[in-house]
Amino acid sequence: MPRRHWIHAWLLLLPAFVFLIAFTHYPAVQTLIDSFWSTPRGRRPSVFVGAENYTRMMADPVFAKAMWNSAIYAALTIPTSIVLSLAMALFVQARFRGVSLMRMAFFTPTVLPLIAVANIWLFFYAPGFGLIDQIRMFFGFGSANYVGQPATALYAVAAVTVWKEAGFFMIFYLAALQTIPTSLREAAAIEGCSRLTFFRRVTLPLIMPTTLFVSVNATINAFRLVDHVFVMTRGGPDNASMLLLYYIFENGFRYWDTAYAAALTMVLVAILTLVGIGQFFAADRRVHYR
Amino acid sequence: MIRETPLDRILMRTAGWLLAALWIVPLTYALWSAFHPAAFEARFELTAPLTLENFVTAWGKAPFARYFLNTILLVTMVLTVQLVLCTLAAFAFARLEFPGKSVLFGLVLVQLLIMPDILLVENYRTMFRLGLVDTILAIGLPYFASGFAIFLLRQTFRTIPKELDEAARVEGCSLLGLLWRVYVPLGKPAMLAFGLVSVSHHWNNFLWPLVITNSVETRPLTVGLSIFATTDSGIEWAVINAATLMTSAPLLLGFLLFQRQFVQSFMRAGIK
Repeated sequence: MPRRHWIHAWLLLLPAFVFLIAFTHYPAVQTLIDSFWSTPRGRRPSVFVGAENYTRMMADPVFAKAMWNSAIYAALTIPTSIVLSLAMALFVQARFRGVSLMRMAFFTPTVLPLIAVANIWLFFYAPGFGLIDQIRMFFGFGSANYVGQPATALYAVAAVTVWKEAGFFMIFYLAALQTIPTSLREAAAIEGCSRLTFFRRVTLPLIMPTTLFVSVNATINAFRLVDHVFVMTRGGPDNASMLLLYYIFENGFRYWDTAYAAALTMVLVAILTLVGIGQFFAADRRVHYR
Repeated sequence: MIRETPLDRILMRTAGWLLAALWIVPLTYALWSAFHPAAFEARFELTAPLTLENFVTAWGKAPFARYFLNTILLVTMVLTVQLVLCTLAAFAFARLEFPGKSVLFGLVLVQLLIMPDILLVENYRTMFRLGLVDTILAIGLPYFASGFAIFLLRQTFRTIPKELDEAARVEGCSLLGLLWRVYVPLGKPAMLAFGLVSVSHHWNNFLWPLVITNSVETRPLTVGLSIFATTDSGIEWAVINAATLMTSAPLLLGFLLFQRQFVQSFMRAGIK
């Protein structure tokens, strides 16, 4: 390959890489460095503090709470979204009157901004006004503030995430279901296989790559989607719905403790990297049906 | 074929409609309150009068016109730059051989996991140094080089037959001419798909714009809406709901009109 070609290739890549490095790689590396330094305050410049930000993190009860909440949030939203989106895909897979209406009902939340979704749900949950409260009061229960009490705030937020993302994942399952060859169905029919067995033995394994893809996306979303927390709970009450990324925001832009925020960001980066490595190995092994 | 028994069908349809009804309830509830006077926001009477009053009130209480303009400027700018930069890079990765190719492509893929969204603090510092805090440009800058777009377009370009490529080269077409005359036209469906995904992503994006903006002149709709909805000035729910629907309306209408394209674009963008 002539050397002139290399230069052309590099020139084509140059503009994209300027932005890629400036706003993804450089800040990632700089965050790692900053996490070992102190936050500059007033006249006191930043000094090297070693692992101090990390030892402080280990002793920080709010950090522990945020990690625990993020784990619960992930454990709730990931499987629920996957099961619901697969069910949705199975419901709208057939052709019947009104199927496009049903598909629209499932997919519409995906198009709305998460901030708008949060407002809609805040009203839905609102004590006194919201539909849930209306139903409770109709049956003679007292009013309940789902977003405002520590016992339910995190679940209230998680429900919104599932509502927003299930319809999005549905379309991937829909596409995967369409790729299952009809010859398999015919063969199964000759063997006298029941619909349930066919689903368990043929459909589920065949859509495994999609399940992996959806799981990875649901996992990333569980750590990345916090917009609704800003509107609905602000991490409260009493840190009951504090999630890792929201805590990073609070430290970085409310307390201006940028060094601690950098250390917290590194935890998030580590989690996402693990997800990426996990995806790579899972894709190599179990899901080789394509 | 495995026959669907009538019982199966009834069960599937019923379950499907129940879930669909459950799914649409929160949105319908917000729609109800937005189009009725505040007195009916939690009273369901079919005779309740319809009104656009809430929308008028919301429009008057916050500079939504400006927010709309900011968001439209933002998504147009981001998409235009993304398409140019990422087409160039994707072409190099798809069809040229050069040293360091796989390492560089690996660096692109890093962005699929570690998005600029989570590197808030450091990117804010960069914008501060560049003197760009509180500008629309600063909201868009971190997203200009989209690893996702490069990946998607590279996959598409690789499916274009090499014969076309070689024929054009024999005709004496330059590298950029080749890209413009062969690859861009054939890559249009993928670009359209990415375009829809990108526009809806940046129309809806919130955290980074929240951090980097602090004035009416730069704030996009999402940030404007969140400020409008959380100011404790005793704004009625009906008005907040009207504002919420208003800010989502363009995307929602676009989706209802071009449902098929939307669904296919999201699918295409995800699967490749």
